[in-house]
Amino acid sequence: MTAKEDVTPTRGGSATGCDSTREFASAVDVSHLRRTYGTTVAVDDVSFSVAQGEIFGILGPNGAGKTTTVECVIGLRTPDSGAIRVMGVDPQLDRAKLHAIVGVQLQASALPGVLKVGEILRLYRSFYRDGADVEELLDAFGLAEKRDAYYKSLSGGLKQRLSIALAIIGRPKLAVLDEMTTGLDPQARRDTWSLIETFRDRGVTLILVTHYMDEAERLCDRVALLDQGRIVAVDTPEGLADRTGVDKRVRFVPSKAFDDALLTVLPEVSSVEHDGEHVIVTGSGQLANVVILTLAAAGVTANELHLDSANLEDAFVQLTGRHLHEDSIGRIHQ
Amino acid sequence: MSSQASALQAKPPRSAFGELLRSELLVAWRVPLGLLIGVAVPVLVLLIFGAVPGMNKTEKSLDGLTFFDVYFPVLVAFVSAVLSLISLPTHLATYREQGILRRMSTTPVPPTSMLAAQVVINLALTAIALGIIVVVGMAGFGLGAPKQAGGFILALALTVASMFAIGLWIAAIARSAAIAGGIGQLFLFPLLFFAGLWIPRELMTPVLRDISDWFPLGASVQALQSSMQGVFPSAESLLVMAAWALAFGALAVRFFRWE
Repeated sequence: MTAKEDVTPTRGGSATGCDSTREFASAVDVSHLRRTYGTTVAVDDVSFSVAQGEIFGILGPNGAGKTTTVECVIGLRTPDSGAIRVMGVDPQLDRAKLHAIVGVQLQASALPGVLKVGEILRLYRSFYRDGADVEELLDAFGLAEKRDAYYKSLSGGLKQRLSIALAIIGRPKLAVLDEMTTGLDPQARRDTWSLIETFRDRGVTLILVTHYMDEAERLCDRVALLDQGRIVAVDTPEGLADRTGVDKRVRFVPSKAFDDALLTVLPEVSSVEHDGEHVIVTGSGQLANVVILTLAAAGVTANELHLDSANLEDAFVQLTGRHLHEDSIGRIHQ
Repeated sequence: MSSQASALQAKPPRSAFGELLRSELLVAWRVPLGLLIGVAVPVLVLLIFGAVPGMNKTEKSLDGLTFFDVYFPVLVAFVSAVLSLISLPTHLATYREQGILRRMSTTPVPPTSMLAAQVVINLALTAIALGIIVVVGMAGFGLGAPKQAGGFILALALTVASMFAIGLWIAAIARSAAIAGGIGQLFLFPLLFFAGLWIPRELMTPVLRDISDWFPLGASVQALQSSMQGVFPSAESLLVMAAWALAFGALAVRFFRWE
């Protein structure tokens, strides 16, 4: 069950935070978190709430404070100030309870190289009273064939898969995955994404830390954009993209000629242009759907359809005035 | 979710430590650093002793003891020292360097369990090596039971405690496995020198022997030797070992980091 319908955390994360009532609305509440290392302010006044069952992204360039933020959430670091509650638990006060309900995948590889995949799963399973079935996890994560392989012999993608499996082996209520696809080849990244999408069915609330825009767009219900230790915005990926005010563009080859007025009368459409046999429609809202439906009603099929829309990358540039250091991930192609 | 149920859930199952011990044994078997230096080396030394004629003949220069009598406590000290000073800290530093302890600290099983598992394994290796030395000594070199058994056990316990304390302190402060190995050897060779590995204490100059008395393995060999001969170890030698154990134990606790 996703709790998204029941609970709508306040946009921008102005959560009340330290609500200690037993019936907590959100899985995670972070309010006014601040953490410094010496004179460097890693995280400053960061507030957000994660709803139960939600996949929540924390997105930003390297050094934005993403990892520090989640390390405070999972109790690995002590905040200088601010309040954190994870399922009603204060990570600093009750680490034992926290670790029983939170599963973690950390950035660096952190398992003994000479243990086998099956042995590692068995070991970590033994840490929890109520945990997932090792055999089921081996199958679900495509690791069954690698059960007798040493950890050190695994490819980066398989190591990452094992690491994610360990994050949910204790049937956590919250799983925190830090840079889960960094260093993976594109196929391994897509495989990992497919796995994450099955997490919804497991009823796990997820916090994903990433600096990949496409990853956040594909997986996350909502995203917190972090830059230089501060939250720039918290919204759905679409909501963030909409904030850029950048027009959407639909490009296609019609199956037969049609009157431009068919489209220009639509409120979503701002202009229609022709480029050889291609038609380019600019506008906003559910532009592609509206165009396709309208054309279909007139007996016209839109072939070679191609949609350009603002994405998180645009949103990030718009909101911070800076580019992510990463190569710009392609626009959405449909 | 009632708070009672969640409190119960927070505790790891009892079987968790057994599973951790099991997987650490697998690691110890597959990366047999401890087995090699802690068990294989003393066995090799015993084989060499066996090849040398006259190891079990009494020597006037050795206060009427045999060479084996003199070297038995040194071998005991050696086994305890290499396992505590090299095997244990190298392993723990590797685990910290690779983030294994940190990863564990996000589970209900605290990383202190890993520490405990490693101490258990290295204690077991120490016991195995000592067992081999005693059996071979009795069968081949005329080694008898210690004439002061209580004193021997006390001296042995303090030897192991002082070595483990230093080893855990090294594990506490070393940033990497390489540094842990380096610091371990920095301690190992002087300690073994004063234990009499190269020059038996009986043959040391008075000054050297006085210095040796203040080092844990010098005190250890002295205490073990006198128990073997039927004299309860001197309070001085027992206190020296206890002091090193307490001092480095406290430093280890004070400075231990999981990451």
